[in-house]
Amino acid sequence: MSQMPQQAPVSKCPSCEEPLEPGDRFCGACGYDLSVVPAPPEDSPTVVMNGAAPGPGPARDEVDWPTARDSDGQGRPAPVHAAAELPGTDSGGSPLPSQEPSAPEEPAREPGRESAQEHSSGVRLDRPAEPDEYPLQAPAPRSSPEPAAAAPAAGAGGKVCVACRAGRVDRDGYCENCGHAQPRERDHMEQESGPVAAVSDRGLRHHRNEDAFSVGCTALPDGAPATVAIVCDGVSSATRPDDASLAASRAAGESLLGALPRGTHPQQAMHDAILAASHAVNALAAEPATAREQAPHQNAPACTLVGAVVTAGLLVVGWVGDSRVYWVPADRATPPARLTEDDSWAAQMVAAGLMSEAEAYADERAHAITGWLGADAYELEPHTASFKPDRPGVVVVCTDGLWNYAESAQEMAEATPLDAAVRPLHSARVLVGHALDGGGHDNVTVALLPFPAPPQGAGSA
Amino acid sequence: MRSGMANFSKSNVPQFAVDVYQNEYLPEGGREVNAIVTVTATGGGTVGSAVAAPHLYSPGQGPSAAVALLVDCSGSMDYPPTKMRNARDATAAAIDTLRDGVHFTVVAGTHVAKEVYPGDGQLAVADQTTRERAKQALRRLSAGGGTAIGTWLRLADRLLSTADVAIRHAILLTDGRNEHESPEGLGAALDSCAGRFTCDARGVGTDWEVKEVTGIASALLGTADIVADPAGLAGDFTRMMETAMGKEVADVALRLWTPVGTTVRFVKQVAPTVEELTGRRTEAGPRAGDYPLGSWGDESRDYHVCVEVPAAGLGQEMLAARASLVIPEPDGSVQNLGAQGLVRAVWTDDMAASTSIDPQVAHYTGQAELAQAIQQGLDLRKAGDIDGATAKLGRAVQLAGSSGNADTAKLLSKVVDVVDAAAGTVRLKAKVEEADEMTLETRSTKTVRVKK
Repeated sequence: MSQMPQQAPVSKCPSCEEPLEPGDRFCGACGYDLSVVPAPPEDSPTVVMNGAAPGPGPARDEVDWPTARDSDGQGRPAPVHAAAELPGTDSGGSPLPSQEPSAPEEPAREPGRESAQEHSSGVRLDRPAEPDEYPLQAPAPRSSPEPAAAAPAAGAGGKVCVACRAGRVDRDGYCENCGHAQPRERDHMEQESGPVAAVSDRGLRHHRNEDAFSVGCTALPDGAPATVAIVCDGVSSATRPDDASLAASRAAGESLLGALPRGTHPQQAMHDAILAASHAVNALAAEPATAREQAPHQNAPACTLVGAVVTAGLLVVGWVGDSRVYWVPADRATPPARLTEDDSWAAQMVAAGLMSEAEAYADERAHAITGWLGADAYELEPHTASFKPDRPGVVVVCTDGLWNYAESAQEMAEATPLDAAVRPLHSARVLVGHALDGGGHDNVTVALLPFPAPPQGAGSA
Repeated sequence: MRSGMANFSKSNVPQFAVDVYQNEYLPEGGREVNAIVTVTATGGGTVGSAVAAPHLYSPGQGPSAAVALLVDCSGSMDYPPTKMRNARDATAAAIDTLRDGVHFTVVAGTHVAKEVYPGDGQLAVADQTTRERAKQALRRLSAGGGTAIGTWLRLADRLLSTADVAIRHAILLTDGRNEHESPEGLGAALDSCAGRFTCDARGVGTDWEVKEVTGIASALLGTADIVADPAGLAGDFTRMMETAMGKEVADVALRLWTPVGTTVRFVKQVAPTVEELTGRRTEAGPRAGDYPLGSWGDESRDYHVCVEVPAAGLGQEMLAARASLVIPEPDGSVQNLGAQGLVRAVWTDDMAASTSIDPQVAHYTGQAELAQAIQQGLDLRKAGDIDGATAKLGRAVQLAGSSGNADTAKLLSKVVDVVDAAAGTVRLKAKVEEADEMTLETRSTKTVRVKK
């Protein structure tokens, strides 16, 4: 009821941007069901990262944000929080996992002590150095060329096989001589968009890449730069996970790049982008399965989503599932942080106080995700949060194919090159390489966004 | 002599489909890839095929066919005399089932082959008059002489080849052993006839050799069965002729392409009967071979393909085999029937994925073992190895029960007393009717399909 359109007037159709009349329940142009347009979420307060508590006003004021609501939509005054007492909540009102962003600035800690502190608080996903669910030995080197060296192979007819270099590739994508499947476009993907870059790789153990990403940069209404990255991980136990991740990442990316220049608040835009991605994945369930897919999967296509928006002064993250965002400050003497909390069974058990961390993560269900995009999802709970870092750094947006090999914020920071903010593509390759060196058991995808967003045209090549 | 393309213009060619059932996931180091390839032909002789394959179809004409009826007239056919009479009646019933326009001939087989109708090295064209004359000619059939089946087949081949037709088929009836010809002589005749016409073979009574009759049907891609009671011949002949009249395209081959370094372990038909095809491969260009599938009407058959591929690393994927359907032409070209299926191999460290066996592959592996257990069990029984026979037939009872092959289970129960079907515990029956044992042996290769 609270999501009826008359309570949440929308000036343009979220699907096709056709102008709407007040009271419209469906878009007159594309038929989009406006009743699903949500009321603006209860925005989480902006949090200052790694720095002193903010003053009453924003520290930087280049962006002319829409006027903040002064009531919670039900006639009550909007709650007021001091940044120090509220480290940030997601759009569902749940507390964020990491306390580091709001920690008052303090002298750099000894690494050992800091590590001990990290272990003592918050939700973590500690894993053994050698995950016990992968009993097989390290794989043989891949016969396809190293991703960094090769442009994505087209896999079309007439090409020479990359495996045997003797046969030609048939129209089904297999070598006419040795039968080997040719690298597909999604086996290794790289993209740079202004100052943002992302790399995705099939990994060493999976036969296809079920991850997908989208990156982009745009300008806010005042001309200030904004960068966007979305990373999705297809759920393998569902059908067509690769289609799900691709549809979700595209829909969310397009939604953000459409909404931000119109002046939508980045956190609202992120919330809307997750809903748009959800619609895109749900729509796949109605389509017939591709002929190739003969596996007896019954579940509707599904995937996780994690995204980040970076402006000159703001960092907004959003997620559903167990893909993550890490904050790695340029000054490595200051602590890094994980900014997302997994929708995983273990995290939920710990958060609900039903199990200790040790008990929860010892359970075989520990890493089962409890939130995802897809028609089979019980109830979509998009999490969003916004932060105001007080120093430059880089935002790492990744799937578990990477964080399995750099789980803690400290480990992720150590794996991230020092010049990540100025060489994001190179650094994303380095991070993917880190995962492949660790075994590459899963698809690996990482996007890097420098903070603050550099002025347009200032991105590294 | 044969002109495939010309024949197509006269025939209603069905539309073929190929479906592959397999678990493509292999563990690290895994090399053996198994798949069930289902070939289905539909729409022959209907408007549907004219739409689907207009280039192969001329409206208003059924498939052109020539049929030879080969009737055993050896001396034993008179003992009892009802056998010859029933054979005559059955042949008449088959003639009545001939469609107008089908070329046909009736051959009497003894130690030599004689044309009964129409004679002079010709084929008759079926119509009301020729059917009547052929039946009149059957009165001249009389028993006397020996049995040399190879001579019958060679005459059938000569006669059938005089017509330019799409389908060539023979129906062969015998009641005794091929005593007046060496096994090599029959083998040579089968070799020379294979691929030139198809042949259903029937043994009447219980004095014939099961392996001879099933061997003829296998070599000539037809069916084999026993007609223990001669009174059942007419019905069986009618059904056989109806099936033959339903055939629309001949000489179909399964073309299997495999990548370099890959070995074809076996190719066998597994439904409706088990039929080994591995040794019948004809090379068809680089890394490809053709396996003969015979004539097709609207029907569906299953094939088990097993190939061994070179091991590849985890995460790798390769095409282990490509199955397509062709009609090889005498000039070396092929008519491609346009359907193909891909057998894949994907290496994974997901043990749950790589250790599961495709239900179709598991089912037909069991059905093939069932056929083999029956044959071995009956051979051991004949050789006097009671323990060995009991073990093999016990295994057969177990497999027939667990796979739901009720017909075979019923036949087994006439040869063994079943103590515990699930455990495969059986006792050989002290007294077994010869007809029951021969029926079990002849029909041991019949399979049931897995429920999809």
